[in-house]
Amino acid sequence: MGTATLPTRGDEAWRYSDIDALARAWPLPAAECVVVPADGHFARTIFQNSGSVHTLDIAIGTGATAAIHILNIGGEYGRVELNVTLHEGADFKLGAVQIGGGNQNLEIITTVTHAEPSATSSQIVRSVLAGTATGTYLGKVAVARDAQLTDSVQSVKAMLLDRSATANAKPELEIYADDVKCAHGCAIGELDPMGLFYLQARGIAPADAKKLMLQAFVAGVFEGAADEEMLTEAALKKLGDLV
Amino acid sequence: MLQITNLHANVGDQPILKGLTLSLGAGEIHAIMGPNGAGKSTLGYVLSGRPGYEVTEGEVWFTPHVFPGEGRGPEPKTEDSSAALDPGLRRGTQGPINLLDLEPHERAAAGLFLGFQYPVEIPGVSNVQFLREALNAQRKNRGEAPLSGAEFLKVAREQAGALGMDMDMLKRPVNVGFSGGEKKRNEMVQMGIINPALAILDETDSGLDIDALRIVGDGINRIMRKPDKAVLLITHYQRLLDYVKPDFVHVLADGRITRSGGPELALELEREGYRELAA
Repeated sequence: MGTATLPTRGDEAWRYSDIDALARAWPLPAAECVVVPADGHFARTIFQNSGSVHTLDIAIGTGATAAIHILNIGGEYGRVELNVTLHEGADFKLGAVQIGGGNQNLEIITTVTHAEPSATSSQIVRSVLAGTATGTYLGKVAVARDAQLTDSVQSVKAMLLDRSATANAKPELEIYADDVKCAHGCAIGELDPMGLFYLQARGIAPADAKKLMLQAFVAGVFEGAADEEMLTEAALKKLGDLV
Repeated sequence: MLQITNLHANVGDQPILKGLTLSLGAGEIHAIMGPNGAGKSTLGYVLSGRPGYEVTEGEVWFTPHVFPGEGRGPEPKTEDSSAALDPGLRRGTQGPINLLDLEPHERAAAGLFLGFQYPVEIPGVSNVQFLREALNAQRKNRGEAPLSGAEFLKVAREQAGALGMDMDMLKRPVNVGFSGGEKKRNEMVQMGIINPALAILDETDSGLDIDALRIVGDGINRIMRKPDKAVLLITHYQRLLDYVKPDFVHVLADGRITRSGGPELALELEREGYRELAA
């Protein structure tokens, strides 16, 4: 991360952060650095359940793959920051869910750099926010000049359960190559009231109807994670607390 | 079974129902016909408790088979001490309850089913999961034991088979990617699984081809044509009534019932149009 002094909201990557909470946690633990050797595979689950800041720098070697799964739900301020560099033919996958209620401030920040040709990256981020919680996703995909045949996808969706909750989403592309495929989709919405009524008209109580729809909203994000069951269970429990 | 008296309802600030009175007895099938904008769909939504549909006057009393015990349901009006089930539950066919006091899911548990004119798509939730959860929520609300996965699948398979729907469709997300006809058929599969006491079917015949219309009509007869059940069919056309013979036909115009009669009234409407009769 390379931040020696406490950032301010003037810093783009900390624009929506809870600076007071950050100050209390200062100084941050050093970034964890991982180098995935050529043709290797790296998988990691980050379960942020206590209000902490995680920074992970990953360099993915030629032909190597990395899969990261994040569940960001705990504490008043929780942040997960990923800085990923892809070498030739490497693959990066992110499946992230953040669920916040009360006054929580949760954020996921990613910078994915396609430094060399033919690498692929896929990022799926789902946020569910209630109360006056804030959930932020800042995701930058940078494609270097020579990184032709890059294939990158970002799917970012946020669901607001209360009008007082906030979702910030900034998928960002910085492309210097000319033969690349970069897709990004971003949507912030509320639970479909007609869908809720349909479920209730069939006998499902309001809170359970909401939970069922939210469960569908985050479904599939943890697919393939070694801790899939634990993550899903923890996510459902947190959703149950919010509805 | 259902007694609607002088029902007035607004959608937003707009009055839609303006003094509707209607009575359905057990074992009866009633058809409500009427021009567009008369309030037919509003009636279905008001009876099932859709938010935003505000009752401003009138009463709706419903006599369920088993009274819902959980939630914020009202105390039954009449004292009935016979054969108590779990605390808060009563079985019986005598004491009506005020339907308008119940939440939508409590109305469902009490035995009310609304067949939607436009069944809603729910991405990510499979039909099977949705229906099992719905059925078991109703059973729990009535103090009955939940069905196991195997028991539920048996019922679901029977009902889907009877309506010519394959099990793969039941595993797909609720109504997502279904054609108009498939959605309506899915409503009937749901009705078969839930097995309600009173069904309000809002234009279940629209969007159906001739074969599907017959299948759906047969389904309504098979599931609902019982001495202890009742059906309110909301429709524009006579053709569904060829398959599901109504005992009574009503004309709904400008928010109230303007005429009632036997099945012959539907034929008359088809011939003469609404304008003459609605006046």
